[in-house]
Amino acid sequence: MKYLCLVYCSESTLHSLPDSPRDEECLAYAESVQASGRMVVAEALQSVTTATTVRVRNGKMTITDGPFAETKEQLAGFYLIEARDLNEALQLSAKIPAARVGSVEVRPVRELGVPTQPLDMQEASSP
Amino acid sequence: MAYGQVISAIYRHDSRRVLATLIRLLGDFDLAEEALHDAFTAAIVQWQRDGVPDNPRAWLVSAGRFKAIDNLRRRARFDASQAELARQIEVNAEDRLQDDSEALEDDRLRLIFTCCHPALPPPAQIALTLREICGLTTEEIAHAFLCTPTTVAQRIVRAKAKIRDAGIPYQVPSRDELPERMESVLRVIYLVFNEGYSASSGSALTRVDLSDEAIRIGRLLVGLLPEPEAVGLLALMLLHESRREARVSPTGELVRLSDQDRLHWCQEGIAEGGALVELALKSRRFGPYTLQAAIAAVHAEAASAAETDWLQIIGLYDVLLRIEPSPVAELNRAVAVAMYEGPEAGLALIDALLARGELQDYHLAYAAQADLYRQVGRMNEARAAYRQALAFCVQQPERQFLTRQLDSLG
Repeated sequence: MKYLCLVYCSESTLHSLPDSPRDEECLAYAESVQASGRMVVAEALQSVTTATTVRVRNGKMTITDGPFAETKEQLAGFYLIEARDLNEALQLSAKIPAARVGSVEVRPVRELGVPTQPLDMQEASSP
Repeated sequence: MAYGQVISAIYRHDSRRVLATLIRLLGDFDLAEEALHDAFTAAIVQWQRDGVPDNPRAWLVSAGRFKAIDNLRRRARFDASQAELARQIEVNAEDRLQDDSEALEDDRLRLIFTCCHPALPPPAQIALTLREICGLTTEEIAHAFLCTPTTVAQRIVRAKAKIRDAGIPYQVPSRDELPERMESVLRVIYLVFNEGYSASSGSALTRVDLSDEAIRIGRLLVGLLPEPEAVGLLALMLLHESRREARVSPTGELVRLSDQDRLHWCQEGIAEGGALVELALKSRRFGPYTLQAAIAAVHAEAASAAETDWLQIIGLYDVLLRIEPSPVAELNRAVAVAMYEGPEAGLALIDALLARGELQDYHLAYAAQADLYRQVGRMNEARAAYRQALAFCVQQPERQFLTRQLDSLG
Protein backbone atom coordinates (compact mmCIF):
# COMPACT_ATOMS: atom_id res chain seq x y z
CA MET A 1 0.00 0.00 0.00
CA LYS A 2 1.04 3.58 -0.58
CA TYR A 3 1.08 6.01 2.33
CA LEU A 4 1.57 9.76 2.27
CA CYS A 5 3.45 10.88 5.36
CA LEU A 6 2.84 14.59 5.89
CA VAL A 7 5.44 16.22 8.09
CA TYR A 8 4.07 19.11 10.14
CA CYS A 9 6.22 21.45 12.21
CA SER A 10 6.04 24.89 13.69
CA GLU A 11 8.13 26.78 11.14
CA SER A 12 9.32 29.30 13.69
CA THR A 13 10.98 26.64 15.84
CA LEU A 14 11.74 23.87 13.32
CA HIS A 15 15.43 24.73 13.15
CA SER A 16 16.01 26.20 16.58
CA LEU A 17 15.04 23.51 19.13
CA PRO A 18 17.66 21.33 20.84
CA ASP A 19 16.19 18.29 19.02
CA SER A 20 15.92 20.05 15.66
CA PRO A 21 17.34 17.96 12.84
CA ARG A 22 20.02 19.33 10.54
CA ASP A 23 19.51 19.20 6.79
CA GLU A 24 22.22 16.54 6.39
CA GLU A 25 20.39 14.21 8.79
CA CYS A 26 17.09 14.67 6.90
CA LEU A 27 18.82 13.99 3.60
CA ALA A 28 20.58 10.93 4.98
CA TYR A 29 17.29 9.47 6.21
CA ALA A 30 15.60 10.09 2.86
CA GLU A 31 18.50 8.27 1.19
CA SER A 32 18.16 5.31 3.55
CA VAL A 33 14.44 5.01 2.78
CA GLN A 34 15.31 5.23 -0.92
CA ALA A 35 17.85 2.44 -0.49
CA SER A 36 15.28 0.25 1.29
CA GLY A 37 13.10 0.39 -1.82
CA ARG A 38 10.17 1.89 0.09
CA MET A 39 10.43 5.41 -1.33
CA VAL A 40 8.16 6.77 -4.03
CA VAL A 41 9.06 10.42 -3.56
CA ALA A 42 9.94 12.79 -0.69
CA GLU A 43 10.42 16.54 -0.64
CA ALA A 44 10.90 19.35 1.84
CA LEU A 45 8.77 22.43 1.19
CA GLN A 46 9.48 26.14 1.15
CA SER A 47 8.02 28.17 4.01
CA VAL A 48 4.26 28.50 4.22
CA THR A 49 4.77 32.26 3.60
CA THR A 50 5.42 31.31 -0.04
CA ALA A 51 2.08 29.45 -0.30
CA THR A 52 -0.76 30.53 -2.56
CA THR A 53 -4.25 29.05 -2.44
CA VAL A 54 -6.41 28.57 -5.51
CA ARG A 55 -10.16 27.96 -5.55
CA VAL A 56 -12.65 27.58 -8.35
CA ARG A 57 -16.28 28.41 -7.58
CA ASN A 58 -18.96 28.52 -10.26
CA GLY A 59 -16.22 28.36 -12.81
CA LYS A 60 -14.48 31.41 -11.40
CA MET A 61 -10.96 31.11 -10.12
CA THR A 62 -9.83 33.01 -7.05
CA ILE A 63 -6.28 33.29 -5.82
CA THR A 64 -5.39 34.14 -2.24
CA ASP A 65 -2.18 34.49 -0.34
CA GLY A 66 -1.25 31.88 2.23
CA PRO A 67 -2.43 28.43 3.20
CA PHE A 68 -6.02 27.22 3.34
CA ALA A 69 -6.15 27.48 7.14
CA GLU A 70 -3.95 29.13 9.75
CA THR A 71 -2.57 26.48 12.10
CA LYS A 72 0.11 26.27 14.75
CA GLU A 73 2.00 23.69 12.73
CA GLN A 74 2.65 23.97 9.03
CA LEU A 75 3.26 21.37 6.35
CA ALA A 76 7.05 21.29 6.06
CA GLY A 77 7.53 18.31 3.77
CA PHE A 78 6.27 14.89 2.83
CA TYR A 79 7.21 11.30 2.06
CA LEU A 80 5.21 9.15 -0.32
CA ILE A 81 6.16 5.59 0.56
CA GLU A 82 5.24 2.06 -0.35
CA ALA A 83 4.73 -0.01 2.82
CA ARG A 84 3.44 -3.48 3.63
CA ASP A 85 0.89 -2.14 6.10
CA LEU A 86 0.18 0.73 8.51
CA ASN A 87 2.64 -0.60 11.09
CA GLU A 88 5.51 -0.43 8.64
CA ALA A 89 4.43 3.05 7.53
CA LEU A 90 4.32 4.19 11.17
CA GLN A 91 7.77 2.77 11.90
CA LEU A 92 9.21 4.56 8.85
CA SER A 93 7.46 7.81 9.84
CA ALA A 94 8.72 7.67 13.41
CA LYS A 95 12.28 7.80 12.10
CA ILE A 96 11.75 10.94 10.01
CA PRO A 97 14.06 13.34 11.91
CA ALA A 98 11.52 16.20 11.96
CA ALA A 99 9.09 13.95 13.91
CA ARG A 100 11.19 14.81 16.99
CA VAL A 101 10.06 18.44 16.88
CA GLY A 102 6.85 18.19 14.85
CA SER A 103 4.40 15.49 13.87
CA VAL A 104 3.79 13.18 10.96
CA GLU A 105 0.31 12.49 9.66
CA VAL A 106 0.21 9.11 7.95
CA ARG A 107 -2.51 8.78 5.32
CA PRO A 108 -3.17 5.72 3.19
CA VAL A 109 -3.44 6.57 -0.48
CA ARG A 110 -6.88 5.86 -1.87
CA GLU A 111 -6.64 3.88 -5.08
CA LEU A 112 -9.19 5.43 -7.39
CA GLY A 113 -10.89 2.82 -9.51
CA VAL A 114 -9.48 4.35 -12.71
CA PRO A 115 -6.77 2.43 -14.54
CA THR A 116 -3.72 4.68 -14.70
CA GLN A 117 -1.91 5.03 -17.96
CA PRO A 118 1.84 4.70 -17.91
CA LEU A 119 3.53 8.05 -18.46
CA ASP A 120 5.08 7.14 -21.82
CA MET A 121 1.68 6.04 -23.16
CA GLN A 122 0.21 9.43 -22.26
CA GLU A 123 3.03 11.17 -24.10
CA ALA A 124 2.64 8.91 -27.09
CA SER A 125 -1.07 9.61 -27.38
CA SER A 126 -0.72 13.39 -27.12
CA PRO A 127 -0.43 15.17 -30.43
CA MET B 1 -25.29 -32.94 29.60
CA ALA B 2 -28.10 -32.07 27.21
CA TYR B 3 -27.15 -31.40 23.61
CA GLY B 4 -28.09 -27.72 23.86
CA GLN B 5 -25.80 -27.29 26.85
CA VAL B 6 -22.92 -28.97 25.02
CA ILE B 7 -23.33 -26.57 22.11
CA SER B 8 -23.49 -23.50 24.33
CA ALA B 9 -20.45 -24.66 26.31
CA ILE B 10 -18.50 -25.05 23.06
CA TYR B 11 -19.76 -21.66 21.91
CA ARG B 12 -18.62 -20.00 25.14
CA HIS B 13 -15.25 -21.68 25.11
CA ASP B 14 -14.40 -21.62 21.43
CA SER B 15 -16.37 -19.00 19.50
CA ARG B 16 -13.85 -16.18 20.11
CA ARG B 17 -10.94 -18.47 19.25
CA VAL B 18 -12.62 -19.58 16.04
CA LEU B 19 -13.41 -15.96 15.18
CA ALA B 20 -9.78 -14.92 15.74
CA THR B 21 -8.58 -17.60 13.33
CA LEU B 22 -11.28 -16.87 10.76
CA ILE B 23 -10.30 -13.18 10.72
CA ARG B 24 -6.76 -14.23 9.82
CA LEU B 25 -7.87 -16.74 7.18
CA LEU B 26 -10.47 -14.46 5.59
CA GLY B 27 -8.70 -11.15 6.17
CA ASP B 28 -11.93 -9.37 7.07
CA PHE B 29 -13.81 -8.89 10.35
CA ASP B 30 -17.35 -8.86 8.92
CA LEU B 31 -16.76 -11.83 6.66
CA ALA B 32 -15.33 -13.74 9.63
CA GLU B 33 -18.29 -12.94 11.90
CA GLU B 34 -20.74 -14.05 9.25
CA ALA B 35 -18.73 -17.24 8.71
CA LEU B 36 -18.63 -17.93 12.46
CA HIS B 37 -22.39 -17.59 12.65
CA ASP B 38 -22.90 -19.88 9.65
CA ALA B 39 -20.47 -22.46 11.01
CA PHE B 40 -22.32 -22.70 14.33
CA THR B 41 -25.67 -22.91 12.56
CA ALA B 42 -24.33 -25.85 10.52
CA ALA B 43 -22.77 -27.44 13.61
CA ILE B 44 -26.05 -27.48 15.52
CA VAL B 45 -27.67 -29.56 12.80
CA GLN B 46 -24.79 -31.81 11.84
CA TRP B 47 -23.43 -32.58 15.31
CA GLN B 48 -26.85 -33.66 16.51
CA ARG B 49 -26.94 -36.17 13.65
CA ASP B 50 -23.28 -37.30 13.61
CA GLY B 51 -22.10 -36.48 17.12
CA VAL B 52 -19.71 -33.75 18.26
CA PRO B 53 -16.34 -34.05 16.47
CA ASP B 54 -13.13 -34.71 18.44
CA ASN B 55 -11.80 -31.26 17.67
CA PRO B 56 -14.83 -28.97 17.44
CA ARG B 57 -12.70 -25.88 17.03
CA ALA B 58 -10.94 -27.19 13.91
CA TRP B 59 -14.29 -28.33 12.54
CA LEU B 60 -15.77 -24.86 13.07
CA VAL B 61 -12.80 -23.08 11.48
CA SER B 62 -12.95 -25.33 8.45
CA ALA B 63 -16.75 -25.06 8.15
CA GLY B 64 -16.55 -21.27 8.58
CA ARG B 65 -14.01 -21.01 5.80
CA PHE B 66 -16.13 -23.03 3.39
CA LYS B 67 -19.23 -21.02 4.27
CA ALA B 68 -17.32 -17.80 3.59
CA ILE B 69 -16.20 -19.07 0.20
CA ASP B 70 -19.80 -20.10 -0.59
CA ASN B 71 -21.08 -16.69 0.45
CA LEU B 72 -18.53 -14.90 -1.70
CA ARG B 73 -19.31 -17.14 -4.70
CA ARG B 74 -23.01 -16.40 -4.31
CA ARG B 75 -22.29 -12.67 -4.25
CA ALA B 76 -19.99 -13.07 -7.25
CA ARG B 77 -23.12 -13.25 -9.43
CA PHE B 78 -23.55 -9.54 -8.71
CA ASP B 79 -19.95 -8.50 -8.13
CA ALA B 80 -17.15 -10.20 -10.08
CA SER B 81 -14.43 -9.11 -7.63
CA GLN B 82 -15.93 -11.42 -4.98
CA ALA B 83 -15.08 -14.50 -7.06
CA GLU B 84 -11.42 -13.54 -7.09
CA LEU B 85 -11.54 -12.98 -3.32
CA ALA B 86 -13.11 -16.43 -2.82
CA ARG B 87 -10.40 -18.03 -4.95
CA GLN B 88 -7.64 -16.26 -2.98
CA ILE B 89 -9.10 -17.40 0.33
CA GLU B 90 -9.32 -20.96 -0.96
CA VAL B 91 -5.66 -20.97 -2.03
CA ASN B 92 -4.27 -19.09 0.98
CA ALA B 93 -6.24 -21.01 3.55
CA GLU B 94 -4.86 -24.35 2.35
CA ASP B 95 -1.37 -23.64 3.68
CA ARG B 96 -2.50 -21.45 6.58
CA LEU B 97 -4.71 -24.23 7.90
CA GLN B 98 -1.69 -26.49 8.27
CA ASP B 99 -0.53 -24.22 11.08
CA ASP B 100 -0.12 -25.88 14.44
CA SER B 101 -2.13 -25.06 17.52
CA GLU B 102 0.44 -22.46 18.58
CA ALA B 103 -0.44 -20.39 15.54
CA LEU B 104 -4.11 -20.65 16.48
CA GLU B 105 -3.36 -19.31 19.95
CA ASP B 106 -1.40 -16.51 18.27
CA ASP B 107 -4.58 -15.58 16.45
CA ARG B 108 -6.09 -14.50 19.75
CA LEU B 109 -3.06 -12.33 20.45
CA ARG B 110 -3.30 -10.86 16.94
CA LEU B 111 -6.93 -10.02 17.62
CA ILE B 112 -6.05 -8.24 20.88
CA PHE B 113 -3.34 -6.14 19.27
CA THR B 114 -5.51 -5.27 16.28
CA CYS B 115 -8.53 -4.25 18.39
CA CYS B 116 -6.30 -2.13 20.65
CA HIS B 117 -4.26 -0.58 17.84
CA PRO B 118 -3.36 2.98 18.89
CA ALA B 119 -4.30 4.20 15.40
CA LEU B 120 -7.94 3.61 16.37
CA PRO B 121 -9.70 6.15 18.62
CA PRO B 122 -9.76 4.93 22.26
CA PRO B 123 -13.57 4.55 22.53
CA ALA B 124 -13.44 2.40 19.38
CA GLN B 125 -10.60 0.29 20.81
CA ILE B 126 -12.75 -0.43 23.85
CA ALA B 127 -15.91 -1.20 21.85
CA LEU B 128 -14.03 -3.43 19.40
CA THR B 129 -12.26 -5.29 22.21
CA LEU B 130 -15.50 -6.02 24.05
CA ARG B 131 -17.25 -6.99 20.84
CA GLU B 132 -14.60 -9.16 19.16
CA ILE B 133 -12.57 -10.56 22.05
CA CYS B 134 -15.22 -10.83 24.76
CA GLY B 135 -18.15 -11.44 22.42
CA LEU B 136 -20.42 -8.87 24.11
CA THR B 137 -23.29 -7.59 22.02
CA THR B 138 -23.54 -3.99 20.86
CA GLU B 139 -26.44 -3.52 23.28
CA GLU B 140 -24.42 -4.85 26.23
CA ILE B 141 -21.53 -2.53 25.44
CA ALA B 142 -23.89 0.44 25.07
CA HIS B 143 -25.52 -0.36 28.40
CA ALA B 144 -22.18 -0.65 30.18
CA PHE B 145 -20.92 2.68 28.85
CA LEU B 146 -24.23 4.52 29.11
CA CYS B 147 -24.47 5.33 25.43
CA THR B 148 -26.82 4.27 22.66
CA PRO B 149 -26.34 1.04 20.68
CA THR B 150 -26.22 3.18 17.52
CA THR B 151 -23.19 5.04 18.86
CA VAL B 152 -21.41 1.79 19.69
CA ALA B 153 -22.32 0.24 16.34
CA GLN B 154 -20.98 3.31 14.52
CA ARG B 155 -17.72 3.20 16.45
CA ILE B 156 -17.27 -0.45 15.52
CA VAL B 157 -18.15 0.08 11.86
CA ARG B 158 -15.73 3.02 11.58
CA ALA B 159 -12.98 1.10 13.36
CA LYS B 160 -13.35 -1.85 11.01
CA ALA B 161 -13.30 0.52 8.03
CA LYS B 162 -10.08 2.07 9.29
CA ILE B 163 -8.51 -1.34 9.87
CA ARG B 164 -9.30 -2.19 6.26
CA ASP B 165 -8.58 1.13 4.53
CA ALA B 166 -5.52 2.22 6.48
CA GLY B 167 -3.98 -1.24 6.27
CA ILE B 168 -3.81 -2.01 10.01
CA PRO B 169 -2.28 -5.50 9.93
CA TYR B 170 -3.49 -8.56 11.80
CA GLN B 171 -0.28 -9.42 13.54
CA VAL B 172 1.54 -9.52 16.85
CA PRO B 173 3.92 -6.53 16.91
CA SER B 174 7.65 -7.04 16.58
CA ARG B 175 9.99 -6.65 19.57
CA ASP B 176 10.78 -2.98 18.89
CA GLU B 177 7.13 -2.06 18.41
CA LEU B 178 6.01 -4.03 21.46
CA PRO B 179 6.43 -1.44 24.26
CA GLU B 180 4.12 1.23 22.82
CA ARG B 181 1.67 -1.33 21.43
CA MET B 182 1.53 -3.14 24.77
CA GLU B 183 0.85 0.17 26.49
CA SER B 184 -2.24 0.66 24.36
CA VAL B 185 -3.53 -2.88 25.04
CA LEU B 186 -3.02 -2.49 28.79
CA ARG B 187 -4.72 0.91 28.79
CA VAL B 188 -7.82 -0.53 27.10
CA ILE B 189 -7.99 -3.43 29.56
CA TYR B 190 -7.59 -1.10 32.56
CA LEU B 191 -10.20 1.34 31.23
CA VAL B 192 -12.68 -1.51 30.85
CA PHE B 193 -11.86 -2.69 34.36
CA ASN B 194 -12.24 0.78 35.87
CA GLU B 195 -15.51 1.38 34.10
CA GLY B 196 -16.76 -1.78 35.74
CA TYR B 197 -15.16 -1.11 39.10
CA SER B 198 -16.13 2.51 39.59
CA ALA B 199 -18.66 3.47 36.98
CA SER B 200 -17.86 7.05 36.01
CA SER B 201 -21.41 8.23 36.64
CA GLY B 202 -24.84 6.94 37.51
CA SER B 203 -26.18 4.98 40.42
CA ALA B 204 -24.46 1.59 40.32
CA LEU B 205 -21.11 1.80 42.05
CA THR B 206 -19.76 -1.26 40.31
CA ARG B 207 -20.62 -3.04 37.10
CA VAL B 208 -19.47 -6.55 37.73
CA ASP B 209 -19.54 -7.70 34.14
CA LEU B 210 -16.98 -5.24 32.77
CA SER B 211 -14.46 -5.91 35.54
CA ASP B 212 -14.82 -9.64 34.98
CA GLU B 213 -14.30 -9.19 31.26
CA ALA B 214 -11.20 -7.06 31.85
CA ILE B 215 -9.74 -9.70 34.17
CA ARG B 216 -10.52 -12.36 31.58
CA ILE B 217 -8.64 -10.47 28.86
CA GLY B 218 -5.85 -9.79 31.35
CA ARG B 219 -5.51 -13.51 32.06
CA LEU B 220 -5.62 -14.32 28.36
CA LEU B 221 -2.90 -11.77 27.65
CA VAL B 222 -0.66 -13.00 30.47
CA GLY B 223 -1.14 -16.57 29.26
CA LEU B 224 -0.13 -15.65 25.72
CA LEU B 225 2.50 -12.99 26.36
CA PRO B 226 3.69 -12.79 29.98
CA GLU B 227 5.30 -9.33 29.77
CA PRO B 228 5.97 -7.88 33.27
CA GLU B 229 3.50 -4.99 32.92
CA ALA B 230 0.76 -7.33 31.69
CA VAL B 231 1.37 -9.44 34.79
CA GLY B 232 1.40 -6.26 36.91
CA LEU B 233 -1.92 -5.09 35.47
CA LEU B 234 -3.56 -8.46 36.11
CA ALA B 235 -2.28 -8.31 39.70
CA LEU B 236 -3.60 -4.77 40.10
CA MET B 237 -7.06 -5.76 38.86
CA LEU B 238 -7.21 -8.87 41.06
CA LEU B 239 -6.19 -6.89 44.14
CA HIS B 240 -8.79 -4.18 43.50
CA GLU B 241 -11.38 -6.82 42.77
CA SER B 242 -10.62 -8.57 46.06
CA ARG B 243 -12.03 -5.52 47.89
CA ARG B 244 -15.16 -5.24 45.80
CA GLU B 245 -17.55 -6.57 48.41
CA ALA B 246 -16.12 -4.48 51.24
CA ARG B 247 -16.11 -1.16 49.42
CA VAL B 248 -19.88 -0.76 49.21
CA SER B 249 -22.17 -0.79 52.24
CA PRO B 250 -25.46 -2.76 52.22
CA THR B 251 -27.23 0.57 51.51
CA GLY B 252 -25.09 1.09 48.41
CA GLU B 253 -22.78 3.68 49.92
CA LEU B 254 -19.05 3.88 49.31
CA VAL B 255 -16.84 2.64 52.17
CA ARG B 256 -13.35 4.10 52.44
CA LEU B 257 -10.36 1.76 52.45
CA SER B 258 -9.61 2.63 56.09
CA ASP B 259 -13.19 1.79 57.16
CA GLN B 260 -13.62 -1.41 55.18
CA ASP B 261 -14.26 -4.69 56.96
CA ARG B 262 -11.14 -6.57 55.93
CA LEU B 263 -12.79 -9.91 56.69
CA HIS B 264 -14.80 -9.30 53.54
CA TRP B 265 -11.71 -9.00 51.38
CA CYS B 266 -11.35 -11.97 49.06
CA GLN B 267 -8.22 -13.80 50.23
CA GLU B 268 -8.00 -15.87 47.08
CA GLY B 269 -7.70 -12.74 44.94
CA ILE B 270 -5.16 -11.21 47.34
CA ALA B 271 -3.00 -14.34 47.25
CA GLU B 272 -3.06 -14.59 43.46
CA GLY B 273 -2.53 -10.84 43.00
CA GLY B 274 0.32 -10.78 45.53
CA ALA B 275 2.14 -13.66 43.84
CA LEU B 276 1.81 -11.96 40.44
CA VAL B 277 3.19 -8.67 41.86
CA GLU B 278 6.28 -10.48 43.08
CA LEU B 279 6.71 -12.16 39.72
CA ALA B 280 6.48 -8.81 37.91
CA LEU B 281 8.82 -7.03 40.34
CA LYS B 282 11.45 -9.77 39.93
CA SER B 283 11.60 -9.11 36.17
CA ARG B 284 13.11 -5.66 36.86
CA ARG B 285 11.34 -4.47 33.71
CA PHE B 286 8.22 -3.41 35.55
CA GLY B 287 6.35 -0.13 35.14
CA PRO B 288 3.44 1.85 36.55
CA TYR B 289 0.90 -1.01 36.64
CA THR B 290 3.22 -3.25 38.65
CA LEU B 291 3.99 -0.43 41.09
CA GLN B 292 0.32 0.37 41.61
CA ALA B 293 -0.28 -3.34 42.15
CA ALA B 294 2.56 -3.41 44.68
CA ILE B 295 0.90 -0.53 46.57
CA ALA B 296 -2.42 -2.37 46.50
CA ALA B 297 -0.65 -5.50 47.78
CA VAL B 298 0.82 -3.62 50.77
CA HIS B 299 -2.71 -2.48 51.67
CA ALA B 300 -4.02 -6.01 51.19
CA GLU B 301 -1.43 -7.49 53.55
CA ALA B 302 -2.27 -5.12 56.41
CA ALA B 303 -4.73 -6.22 59.10
CA SER B 304 -5.97 -2.64 59.51
CA ALA B 305 -5.33 0.88 58.18
CA ALA B 306 -3.20 1.65 61.25
CA GLU B 307 -1.04 -1.43 60.78
CA THR B 308 -0.33 -0.61 57.13
CA ASP B 309 3.32 -0.19 56.16
CA TRP B 310 2.83 3.45 55.10
CA LEU B 311 6.54 4.08 54.70
CA GLN B 312 6.74 1.35 52.07
CA ILE B 313 3.70 2.80 50.32
CA ILE B 314 5.29 6.28 50.24
CA GLY B 315 8.46 4.71 48.80
CA LEU B 316 6.50 2.91 46.08
CA TYR B 317 4.70 6.17 45.18
CA ASP B 318 8.08 7.89 44.91
CA VAL B 319 9.24 5.32 42.36
CA LEU B 320 5.90 5.53 40.54
CA LEU B 321 6.07 9.32 40.35
CA ARG B 322 9.60 9.14 38.96
CA ILE B 323 8.61 6.91 36.04
CA GLU B 324 5.14 8.34 35.49
CA PRO B 325 4.43 11.73 37.08
CA SER B 326 0.71 12.23 37.75
CA PRO B 327 -1.16 14.58 40.08
CA VAL B 328 -3.55 11.79 41.12
CA ALA B 329 -0.63 9.63 42.25
CA GLU B 330 0.76 12.68 44.08
CA LEU B 331 -2.55 13.08 45.87
CA ASN B 332 -2.49 9.43 46.92
CA ARG B 333 1.07 9.84 48.13
CA ALA B 334 -0.02 12.86 50.19
CA VAL B 335 -2.70 10.74 51.87
CA ALA B 336 -0.07 8.10 52.71
CA VAL B 337 2.20 10.83 54.11
CA ALA B 338 -0.71 12.04 56.28
CA MET B 339 -1.08 8.50 57.64
CA TYR B 340 2.63 8.21 58.36
CA GLU B 341 3.61 11.70 59.53
CA GLY B 342 0.25 13.15 60.54
CA PRO B 343 -2.54 15.16 58.91
CA GLU B 344 -0.65 18.49 58.83
CA ALA B 345 2.06 17.04 56.58
CA GLY B 346 -0.58 15.63 54.22
CA LEU B 347 -2.52 18.91 54.13
CA ALA B 348 0.61 20.85 53.20
CA LEU B 349 1.18 18.55 50.22
CA ILE B 350 -2.44 18.72 49.02
CA ASP B 351 -2.52 22.52 49.40
CA ALA B 352 0.63 22.77 47.31
CA LEU B 353 -0.88 20.44 44.70
CA LEU B 354 -4.08 22.50 44.42
CA ALA B 355 -2.11 25.77 44.45
CA ARG B 356 -0.21 24.48 41.40
CA GLY B 357 -3.54 24.43 39.59
CA GLU B 358 -3.62 20.61 39.44
CA LEU B 359 -6.71 18.55 40.28
CA GLN B 360 -8.86 21.66 40.76
CA ASP B 361 -11.95 19.87 39.48
CA TYR B 362 -11.12 16.46 40.99
CA HIS B 363 -13.56 15.76 43.82
CA LEU B 364 -11.29 13.31 45.65
CA ALA B 365 -8.66 16.02 46.16
CA TYR B 366 -11.21 18.07 48.15
CA ALA B 367 -12.55 14.97 49.92
CA ALA B 368 -9.04 14.06 51.11
CA GLN B 369 -8.42 17.66 52.15
CA ALA B 370 -11.71 17.73 54.07
CA ASP B 371 -10.85 14.53 55.98
CA LEU B 372 -7.52 15.97 57.06
CA TYR B 373 -9.02 19.34 58.07
CA ARG B 374 -11.49 17.46 60.21
CA GLN B 375 -8.71 15.46 61.85
CA VAL B 376 -6.92 18.64 62.92
CA GLY B 377 -10.18 20.25 64.08
CA ARG B 378 -10.48 22.93 61.38
CA MET B 379 -14.21 22.27 60.92
CA ASN B 380 -15.14 25.31 58.82
CA GLU B 381 -12.46 24.48 56.29
CA ALA B 382 -13.52 20.83 56.36
CA ARG B 383 -17.13 21.81 55.57
CA ALA B 384 -16.02 24.06 52.71
CA ALA B 385 -13.84 21.29 51.26
CA TYR B 386 -16.67 18.70 51.42
CA ARG B 387 -18.91 21.17 49.60
CA GLN B 388 -16.23 21.64 46.93
CA ALA B 389 -15.94 17.85 46.61
CA LEU B 390 -19.71 17.52 46.18
CA ALA B 391 -19.69 20.21 43.51
CA PHE B 392 -17.39 18.08 41.34
CA CYS B 393 -18.70 14.59 42.20
CA VAL B 394 -21.19 12.98 39.82
CA GLN B 395 -21.30 9.41 41.07
CA GLN B 396 -24.28 8.70 43.31
CA PRO B 397 -22.76 6.41 45.99
CA GLU B 398 -19.83 8.79 46.41
CA ARG B 399 -22.19 11.78 46.67
CA GLN B 400 -24.10 9.95 49.39
CA PHE B 401 -20.87 9.32 51.26
CA LEU B 402 -19.72 12.95 50.99
CA THR B 403 -23.12 14.30 52.01
CA ARG B 404 -23.08 12.14 55.12
CA GLN B 405 -19.57 13.35 55.98
CA LEU B 406 -20.70 16.95 55.58
CA ASP B 407 -23.83 16.40 57.68
CA SER B 408 -21.85 14.74 60.46
CA LEU B 409 -19.91 18.00 60.91
CA GLY B 410 -23.17 19.70 61.85
